[in-house]
Amino acid sequence: MTIQIKPVLTALRRHKAGTVLITLQIALTLAIVCNALFIIHARLANLGEASGVDESSVFVIRNQWAAEWPTAQVDAQVQADLLALRQLPAVRDATPANGYPLQGGGWDNFVTLTPEQTQPVTDSAVYLGDEHFIDTLGLKLVAGRNFRPDEVMVMGTQQAITPSTVIVSQALADRLFPDGNALGKSFYAMGATPSTIIGVVDTLHRQGVSQWNKAFTGQSLIWPIRSADSRGLYYIVRAKPGQLAAAMREAPKALYAQSRLRIIDAKDGLQDYATIRHKVFDSDRGMAILMGIICAVLLAITAAGIVGLTSFWVGQRRKQIGVRRALGARQRDILAYFLTENFLISAAGVALGVVLAYAFNLWTVTRFALDHMSLAYVGVGVIVLLLLGQGAVLAPALRASRVSPVEATRSV
Amino acid sequence: MFAYYFQLGLRSLRRNPALTLLMVMAIGFGVAASMITYSVFRAVSGNPIPDKSAQLFIPQIDGWGPQQNLKGEPAEAVSYIDAMALLRAHEAKRKTMLYQVLMSVMPGGNRELPISVSGYAVGSDFFAMFEVPFRYGSGWGLQDDEARAADVVISSELNQKVFAGANSVGRTINLGGHDYRVVGVTNHWNPRPRFYDLFSTDGFADEPDIYMPFTRAMDLKMYPSGRNSCRGQLKFTNWEDYTQSNCVWITPWVELDTPAEVASYRSFLTHYAADQQHAGRFGWAPNVRLRDVAQWLDHEHVVPPESRISLAVALGFFVICLVNTIGLLLAKFMRRAGEIGVRRALGATRREIYTQYLIEAATVGLVGGVLGLLLTALGVSGVGVLFPPQIAQLAQLDVSLVGLTLLVAIVATVLAAFYPAWRAAHVQPAWQLKSS
Repeated sequence: MTIQIKPVLTALRRHKAGTVLITLQIALTLAIVCNALFIIHARLANLGEASGVDESSVFVIRNQWAAEWPTAQVDAQVQADLLALRQLPAVRDATPANGYPLQGGGWDNFVTLTPEQTQPVTDSAVYLGDEHFIDTLGLKLVAGRNFRPDEVMVMGTQQAITPSTVIVSQALADRLFPDGNALGKSFYAMGATPSTIIGVVDTLHRQGVSQWNKAFTGQSLIWPIRSADSRGLYYIVRAKPGQLAAAMREAPKALYAQSRLRIIDAKDGLQDYATIRHKVFDSDRGMAILMGIICAVLLAITAAGIVGLTSFWVGQRRKQIGVRRALGARQRDILAYFLTENFLISAAGVALGVVLAYAFNLWTVTRFALDHMSLAYVGVGVIVLLLLGQGAVLAPALRASRVSPVEATRSV
Repeated sequence: MFAYYFQLGLRSLRRNPALTLLMVMAIGFGVAASMITYSVFRAVSGNPIPDKSAQLFIPQIDGWGPQQNLKGEPAEAVSYIDAMALLRAHEAKRKTMLYQVLMSVMPGGNRELPISVSGYAVGSDFFAMFEVPFRYGSGWGLQDDEARAADVVISSELNQKVFAGANSVGRTINLGGHDYRVVGVTNHWNPRPRFYDLFSTDGFADEPDIYMPFTRAMDLKMYPSGRNSCRGQLKFTNWEDYTQSNCVWITPWVELDTPAEVASYRSFLTHYAADQQHAGRFGWAPNVRLRDVAQWLDHEHVVPPESRISLAVALGFFVICLVNTIGLLLAKFMRRAGEIGVRRALGATRREIYTQYLIEAATVGLVGGVLGLLLTALGVSGVGVLFPPQIAQLAQLDVSLVGLTLLVAIVATVLAAFYPAWRAAHVQPAWQLKSS
C-alpha cells in the first residue's frame, strides 16, 4: 500500500480554515501539555524529597514560654522537660531544637573556609540540638561520632555562639571538601571561631523548601547547642515503633505537668511528620493536581475537536469517497487517506507546538527562575499528540471507509 | 428579531447534541479554569491600600556593602542603628518603625492556660498611615512615643478572648509579665498582602493580636520574633551588642505626599548614607532606595509564582478551547449550508445571516458560561486543594466574578464565531440550491 501524500495536500488546500484550526489547536496543546508535564514532574519530585527523618515515628512540639525567665531558668526548665519526655513509656528519645527539616523557612548561615573570606563558599541550614538530636530524628551517622554531653553549650536569647564541634550532612561535607575526608576539617559559619567536623550524617533536609534553598539542597549542619531562648523552642520527639499516637497524647500532658507557663498552640503546636510534609508541599501538590487536570481535559477536548471536525469533513466528502470507491479504491485506502491527512496536520501542529513549548518554558525560566525543560518532555508530548490525533481520527475514518460506492451515483 | 434568533439558537443547540455538548464543555471548562486561577491571582495581586499606596514609602539603606548585599540591592529591612537615625529625622510628615514581637497573656477569668499573642512594635503614626480602623478608642499619641508609655492597641479577636468583647479602653492587660493600658481596639484589619511587613511574612499571615509602642519595646529590650538577617561574623551575646550589629530586622515606613517631598526624602537618605561613609561606618558609596507600596510588592515578588504560572496555563487552555470552538462552529454552521442557501434565496441579506449565527454562537456561549459558572463555584470552593489555606481562603466567588465568568464566556464565543458566521453568510445560494 503506497500512501499518496500529494492528493491529500491538494484536498487540504480546499479546507484551509479547518486545517489551520486543527494545526493551531495541536500546537497550543503540545505547548501547554509539555510544560504542564514538566511542572508536574518537578513538583512531584519535591513531594518525594527525603528528609532524613524517621517520619513514621517523629513529631514536633512548638513550645513558647509564657514567662520572662533569665537564661539559667529557661535552661533548667528545658532540661526538666527533656527528662520528662524521655521517660514517657511511648517515647524513644527527644531533643531540643531551633527548627526541623521541612519546616518551611528557618535558620541558615553562610559558610566560609577562612575567617577573612567575604564571599561565602555555600549556605548551610543550621540545626541546634544536643547529643540526642541524631537518634531522635533517626539520622544515619556515616562517619565520625556523635556529640558528647559535655560538648553541648547553652544559648540564651539572640546570642551568637559558635561551638568548636559540628556534625554536617554528607551534602555539606561534599560541597566544602570535594576530595572527601571532611572529618577533622574545620570551617566558619558566620562565627569568629571555626567549628571542627566530628561527624557526618547521611541525609538531613534543610528547614526551608523554597526555590532559594534549591542551590544548597541537603546542606545542613548541627551544632551542639541547647536553646534557652526566652521566646521558646521546639522539642522533637521520636516515639517507639507503632506508638506515635500514644506518644503524641502523652507528651503535652507531661510538659504541662512540668510547668503550665508555656504555650503549645492548639492548632499547630503539635505536628507529626505526615502533617508537616503535607503542609510544606501544599502548593507543590496543588500545582501538580491543577496541571494534571488541565492536561487531561485539554487532551480530551483536543481529541473531541479532531473527531468533530473530521466527522464534518467525512460528511462533506461522502460523494467524493463514493466516487473513489466506485473507481476501485479499497476500504483501507480510504482509511489510510484520512489517517495520512491527520498525520500531516498533526505533524505541522507538533512542529509549531515545539517552538511554542520552548517559548513558554523560556518565559517561566526568565520570569520565575525555573529550570529549562529537558527534551524528553517535548518528545513525550509529541508522541502523545501524534497518537491522540490518529486515535481521534480513527472512528470518523472508519465510518468514511464504510461509505458505499453507490453514494457516487446519488444526487449528482 | 433578536428574541427570534435567540430562540432559533436555543433550538439549534438540540440539533447536533454531540457537537453542542462538545462546544459547551470546551467553553465551560476553559472559562472555569481561567476564572478559578484568576480569582486566586486577583486575591494575591490586589492593592492592599489603594488610596494611599502612592504616598507610603519604605526607605532602604545598604549597610552591608557591595560584597554582601543582595546582588546590589540593599537589605529588605534596616539595622537598629539606621532605624534610630530614621526615627530621629523629621523629613517625613509621618513615619513609623516596626518589627514583629511575640508575647503571652497570663491565665485569668475562665482561661486555664496562657495564650500566645503576636503583633508589632510600631510608632504612633502607624495607625493613621495605614488607616487602621478602630472599634473602640484609638492609637496612642506622639507624646506617648516619647514617654515610652506602656500602651497597647489590641485586635477585636484578642479583646473577645480577654475582655469578652466589651469596651476595654482604659483597662489593663498583662503581656509577658508587664502591664499595659489598652488605648484602642481595632476592627478586623488584616490587609492582604501584608505590604507593611514583607520582611517577616510572605504577605498572607493571620491578623496580628497587638500593636505596642516601638520605644517601649526598645526599653524592654524585646528581641524580634520575626526574621533577622545578618552578614559577616556574629559575636553578639546581649542586647547592646545585638543592636550595634549589622543585623537587619526593623522595617521603616514614611508617608510623603508630594513629588517634592519624595525627592527631598530621597536626598536625605543619600546624605545620611554619605555621612555614614565619611564617618567610616560604610566602606562604600551611598546605596539607598525609596519604594512606594506598589513598587515594594513588586520587588518582593509577593504574588506567588504558582499563581502567575497557573493563570498563564489556564489562559492558554482557554485559548485552545476557543480555537476548538471555532472549528466546531464552522462544522456546525457549514452543515446547514443548504438551509442558509434557501434563506438567502428567499431574500435574507448576508447581514441577517451573519447576525443570526452570531446570536446562535452567543447562545452557545451563554450555556457554556453557565456550565463554567458551576465549575467555577465548584473550583473556588475546592481551591484549598490547590493552594495553601491562607491563600485559598482569599479566593471568593462574588458578584463581579459571576458577571465576569458569563461575560467572558459569551464575548469569547462570539469572537470565536466571527469567522464561521462570516463563512455562513458567504454561502452561495445558487450552488446550494442546485446540489441538494
